[in-house]
This record gives sequence, structure tokens and C-alpha cells, in this order.
Amino acid sequence: MDTLLQHLLNGLILGGTYALLGIGLTLIFGIMNVVNFAHGEFYTLGAYGAFLFLTVLRADFFVALLGAVALGVVGGAVCERVLLRPLTGESIDTTMLVMIGVWIAMQNGELLAWGGVAKSIAHPFPQAPLVLGPVSVAPLRLFVFGAALVLIVASHLLIRRTRLGKAMRATFQDRETAALMGVDIHTIHTVTFAFGSGLAAAGGALLGPVFVVSPSMGDLAALKAFCVVILGGLGNLAGATLGGLILGIAEELGAGYVSSGYRDAIGFIMIILVLLLRPSGLFARAERVG
Amino acid sequence: MSLEVRDLTVQFGGVAALGGVSFAVAPGRITSLIGPNGAGKTTAFNVITGFLAADRGEVRYEGVPLTGLRPSRVARRGVVRTFQKTNVFPQVSVFENAMIGLHLRGRAGLWSVILRGRRVREEEAELAARAGEILGFVGLAHRRHETASALPYGEQRLLELAIALAARPRLLLLDEPASGMNPPEKTALMGLIQRVREQGVTIFLVEHDMRLVMGISDEVIVLDHGQVIAQGPPAEIQRHPEVIQAYLGGG
Amino acid sequence: MSRIGGAALAAVLLAAPVWIWSPYHLHILIMAGIFAVLALSLNLLLGYTGQLSLGHAAFFGIGAYTSALLTLRLGWPVWPAFAAAAALAGLAGYGIGRVSLKLRGAYFVLVTISFAGVTQLVSVNWMDLTNGPLGLPGVPAPALAVPGLFRLSFVGKTAYYYLVLAVAAGAYFLCHRLVRSRIGRAFIALRENEALAESVGVEGTRYLVLAVVVSAALAGAAGSLYAHYTRFVSPEVFLFSYTVTMAIMVVAGGKGTLAGPVVGAVLFTALPEVLREATSWQWQMVLYGVLLILIVFFLPKGIVPTVAAWLRERRAPS
Repeated sequence: MDTLLQHLLNGLILGGTYALLGIGLTLIFGIMNVVNFAHGEFYTLGAYGAFLFLTVLRADFFVALLGAVALGVVGGAVCERVLLRPLTGESIDTTMLVMIGVWIAMQNGELLAWGGVAKSIAHPFPQAPLVLGPVSVAPLRLFVFGAALVLIVASHLLIRRTRLGKAMRATFQDRETAALMGVDIHTIHTVTFAFGSGLAAAGGALLGPVFVVSPSMGDLAALKAFCVVILGGLGNLAGATLGGLILGIAEELGAGYVSSGYRDAIGFIMIILVLLLRPSGLFARAERVG
Repeated sequence: MSLEVRDLTVQFGGVAALGGVSFAVAPGRITSLIGPNGAGKTTAFNVITGFLAADRGEVRYEGVPLTGLRPSRVARRGVVRTFQKTNVFPQVSVFENAMIGLHLRGRAGLWSVILRGRRVREEEAELAARAGEILGFVGLAHRRHETASALPYGEQRLLELAIALAARPRLLLLDEPASGMNPPEKTALMGLIQRVREQGVTIFLVEHDMRLVMGISDEVIVLDHGQVIAQGPPAEIQRHPEVIQAYLGGG
Repeated sequence: MSRIGGAALAAVLLAAPVWIWSPYHLHILIMAGIFAVLALSLNLLLGYTGQLSLGHAAFFGIGAYTSALLTLRLGWPVWPAFAAAAALAGLAGYGIGRVSLKLRGAYFVLVTISFAGVTQLVSVNWMDLTNGPLGLPGVPAPALAVPGLFRLSFVGKTAYYYLVLAVAAGAYFLCHRLVRSRIGRAFIALRENEALAESVGVEGTRYLVLAVVVSAALAGAAGSLYAHYTRFVSPEVFLFSYTVTMAIMVVAGGKGTLAGPVVGAVLFTALPEVLREATSWQWQMVLYGVLLILIVFFLPKGIVPTVAAWLRERRAPS
């Protein structure tokens, strides 16, 4: 039972970051209709950004995290403005191909800049795990979970309580009408992409110290993000949050009780199963397309 | 009866786009479906041709149920529709568009296509001849090599009609075929529709242009807020008090 | 392409081992041929039905492993193993098609990526079957034997070149017949306007599945060719960079045409070799990424259609 609780806790913590990735992607995918295959690269960018701030600029750990997120936001804004805005109105395949190009260029650029050897990020938390009853958790992971939670709540608040969020929701539901009502679609797109990329970078910066930083770390992260989007339904923030947690827990349970070699396959299999059985996502309301 | 619709119900959220609609379309005649915006006309078309599932009700064509069939199966039964917004195959030539429409008239499967024996070659030649005939019928023969997306709007609508005709329909559902056309184009279209009917095709159309509707229809069905409020010959419908009220927005 | 042009090209290709002076360049041509089959297969999906598969390396890998395992472990001759490789890859394609059903666009891409991911994990983890990361060395080369009379072994580059040329020509021929037929028109209808296609009787799912099956089988055939040429198969065949390279070949060469993928295959097999002298492969990949973006912006139709249109403009002085 204790092991089960431990797995659940680990899964919850991992799931928090998956939720971060998923929220960013579902917003981009849902509002902009762009298949952002470069999402994982912003995750990687966040990790390397934290590394850069920490080692090269010798910044404080928490400043480095903020710096990494800022890097993601700015990078996302630039990417959208330069590459995606000129393609507004193009088919989804065209933007997909462009994002694949960005994916390839960014990942191999990182490989060139930092080399293929994994880097580790130092953190100020004690190594000794905290014991909370039947489970134990490393302080770092607790911090990661807490930070992810804060960001998730902030995202929800942004979307539900602010005017910007309202404009984003309007654009998601009916782009043409939103434009007619005075919403500046171009700005919304840039903000969405920057925000989503910032969340991905946050995920990378937070998980960087937990695992190691390597140029290809974004590939799996991207796939898991897509899995979360599919689980939760396109554009569904709450769904993405729940989906992220479910994926995290499923992976931990699978790795613990079935096999750790196939751990990453769980995400793939879930994608296939959900698309097969309930293409609109586990939590999407059944809606008709007329 | 050619097409029978019974108690058709479609709900979108809490709104009934179609609330238990029943009507029949007689064979070999031109029947029009009219009604104010949002009355449920295109929804009815979508359900009949398999693009939308109804919550309740039944659609039968020549006695055979169509409900639940996917659109390609419905087309196989001889029921073909056009769409409200212009729909062609944009990046291929007008001729290729017609050839695609002729899909059901061909038989070639994977292996015969690869071997390309005499039968396949003859079939292709026949289809090409038919495509030329159909394009000539709608008046697009001179455009056969143009890319479909390059055609002016009115000609794209004619191409739409040609594609639908190519599928050899026995019942043709036209969704606002004249929308966006200028008066001479509409007159030409009316003539075309009548010539199609002369070939034995049953026509069921949705239209907003009353002159066109009253001009060519044998029968008119009026829909309002998802219900049939009148059905009869044009002259009767024009005098029908409920119809007049529905269009003037009374109530 | 005109008959004279075609005949000239055929003559040049058939005489290649004569006028190509180094085995290294012949090797490039062989790899170009294998990739041409791959590019043609991906083009069938992307160029004609309009669906993008980013998991084609999986079909390639399934073909390679099937062929290698049948010849190594069960002692099959290469020819039936080749056929089995294509068949098994085609079967996997059928599975993907049935799973995908109504899925299009990004969702279809995700299914293909997931399938490739799972396949790669299996090849790494199922040690008993695939020998995991160590791979399968010593895959036999094909041989043509009439007992008692002669035995021709396709070990040398020259012999293998003709084999690849034959398979590539066969793949081209198959695609040509397919796309210029009723079935090809159904594919194009899917790509251009699926709802309209359905309304005139073209059953979308059925033709998408057919396209995936044929496409997968061709990729599997390419995998088998690869396995018996390099004579070593490892989970590296599932590398995403193969899929990326394939996609670039199709998009840069010109999707929706038959010559495009072939031109793309030759170009992007030769290009890395040229660049290899100059730069590292990471720079190549960065270049690939940038190139993909540039092509989408500036040469959206790809090289072959753009050149063809340019030639047509010059010939027609209107």
C-alpha cells in the first residue's frame, strides 16, 4: 500500500509538469489551429536557459528559473511573429511543416551549442527526502510540484478571470465573430504562443534539475504534451490539467508494476487508445458539428 | 414515394434544429424546401445524406432506409447533394473534377488498376467521354483544362452541379444552388435544373430566391423553427397565412 | 516526360556502373534509390491523400527487421523474405489505417508518431527477438541461384545497384499506375475536399486505408533492400531523422508529383555527402530544418512543379 501511495505521489508530481506542457499546447493548438511540433523545443530551451543563467551568468537559482521562463516567452513571441503570422490562413499542414522545421533547427542548434553530453543543474534544496507519513519526497520535487501548481492556477485565472483570457476564449470558439467584435486576432495569437511556450520553458526549467539536460529531452516531453492534449480535449484547460495528472500517475504505476523499459510507451499507447475510442478526449462534452 | 422523412429530430444542445419533421418528396418532380434562416433546411439535408446523425426519426428512399448510412453509401443509393458554400476540388482541373464525380460509375480495383488491362483502359475512355458530356451539359466544356479554383464564382457553382450529376443521382438535393448568382446566371440555372428533371431525376432543392422557387417547383415544403408549417403547390404556399407570417417575422 | 527523355534517362541509369568511377559514388546512387522508394511511398500519402505520416520510419524498420530475421534466423532466401517484409509492413499499415478511421490532419500524424515510438521501444526492449540495441549483424546478401547451373550473389555494389534500380523502377511504375487511375482520383479527392468526395460516393476511410497499406508496403520493401545492402539492422532504422529526411525529400522535391520525390531523394542523398566534407551532421540537420521552413515560404510547391511551371511559361509566349 505504501508503495502504491509513493507511486501515486510521484505520478502526481510528474503529472503537474505534464499538465503545464499540456496546457500550453492545448491553448496553441486550440486557439491558433497550429500543430506545434516545436513545443518540446521550448521545454528544452527552458532547461538550457536555466543552465545558462546558473552557470554562465552565475545567477541565483530562482532568478535563473525566471530567466528561463522569460526566454521561453520571448522566444515564443519571436517565433510566432516571424514564422507563423505571415502564414495566417494557410492550411494546418503548412504550419505543421514549419513547426517541424523549427523543431529540427532548434534541437540540432542546441546540440551544436551545448554538445551531446547531458548537463546537470545545481539546486539549493537539501538532498535528504522529507518523510510525510507513509511516503517520502525529495524537497526539490516538492518545490517543482508547488511551482507547477502555482503556474497551473495562474493559467486558469488568466483564462477565466481576465479580459485577455476572455478574448482568447472568444477566439477559440469563433475566430471570425471575435474579430468582428474587435478582438485583435494577431495579438491574441502572439500572446497565446508566447504564453504556451513560456509554460513549456517553465516545465523544462523545473524538471532540468530533477533529471538531466540534453538536447533531445524535448522529444518525449512534446509527445507527452500531445498525449495530454488528446486526453483532455482540444482547447480544454481543465481537461489538460486532469489529463496531465492522469498521464503522470499512469506512467509511474506502469513503470512500477509492469515494466520500466516501456515506460514511455504508456503515453504512446494512451494516444492511440484515446484517439481510437474517444477522439474528442476523455473530458470533452459531446458536441455536434453541424 | 421517392423520399420519405418521418419524425426527424435533431437537437443541438437545448435547441431543436429539427423538431419531429415529416414530409415526402414525389419522384420525377421538383420539390423545394424553403423557410426563414435557421429554419433547419440545411440540417435536414445533412441528415438525409448522412452528414449528420439524427436524434430520432427515419429517412427512407424508395422504401430503403437511409438513416445511419455514411454519405458515400447514401450516394451509392442514388442520392447526391450539393453544398451551400461552393465546393469543388480546387487544385485539379475542371475535367478531373468531373472524373472524380464519376467515381461510382467505375469499377476498377487495386489489381486491375496496376495491370491496366483492356477493360480498365476501356472504362477510363468511357469515363472520359462521359465527363466531357457532363461538362458540355452545364456549359463548362471550354473550361475543361482550367484549374477549378481559378474559375469565376458562377462557373464554380456550375462545376459543383456537374460533379453531382456525374455521380448519376436519381434524387438530387441542391442546397441554395443559385446563391451569389446574377439574374442571367439564375435563369440559365433554372433551365439546367429543368433539363435535369426531364432526364428523370427527382430534384429537391433549398433556395431563398422566391422567383426561382415559385418558377420551377412542382411542390413546396415550408420549414420554420424546425417544423413543417406548410406543404403544397407554389400558388397555395404563396397565399398561406402561416408562411407569410413566418417570413415577415410575426409571433 | 517525353519518350525520348525517358529513354535517355533509362540509358543513363542502366549504364551507371560504367560511367560512375568510384564505388563510393555508386553507393550514393544505391542509397538514393532506396530513399527514392521511401520518398515515393510517403508521397502517396502526403502528396495524394494529403495526410502526413511522421511514422514511416516504423514501416521501413519493420521491413528491415522482418527481412533480416527471416533470412538470419529461419534461413529463408532473400526474395520471399523481401516479399514478406513488404507484406508485414503493409499489414502494420492496415492496422494504422483501421485505428485512424476518421482521424485526419494532426490526429493522424499523432497516431503515426505514436506507432513509430512504440515500434522503436519494442525493437530496443524485446531482446529475444531483435537483439535490442546490439542489432542484427551478418544479414545475408540476396542471391539468384539455379541449382547446378549458376549462382549470382548480389554482394558487389554493381549487382546491388541493378537490384535497387529495378525495385525503384517498379515502385515508380506502381505509383504511376495507381495515381493515374480511378483509385488515384479517389486519393486526390480525399486531399482536396473529403466531404465533397463522400457526397459523390468516394468512401474516405476505405481509400485512406488503401493508401496507407500500399505506402507502408513500399516502405517495408525499401527497408528490406536496406537490410540486405548494409547487412546490419539495429534500432537505428527507427531514428526520427530518417522520417524527417523522407519528409524533406517529398516536400522539397514536390509532393503530388511522381518525379518530385525521386528528385528529392537524389538531391538529399547527395547533399549530405557533399556537406559531409564541409560540416558536421548537426549543421546538416540545422540546415534541413531551416530549409524546410524556407521551402514552405518560398517554394511551396516544391522543386519539380516550380521548374515545370517555369518551363511551361517559357514555352508558351502568351
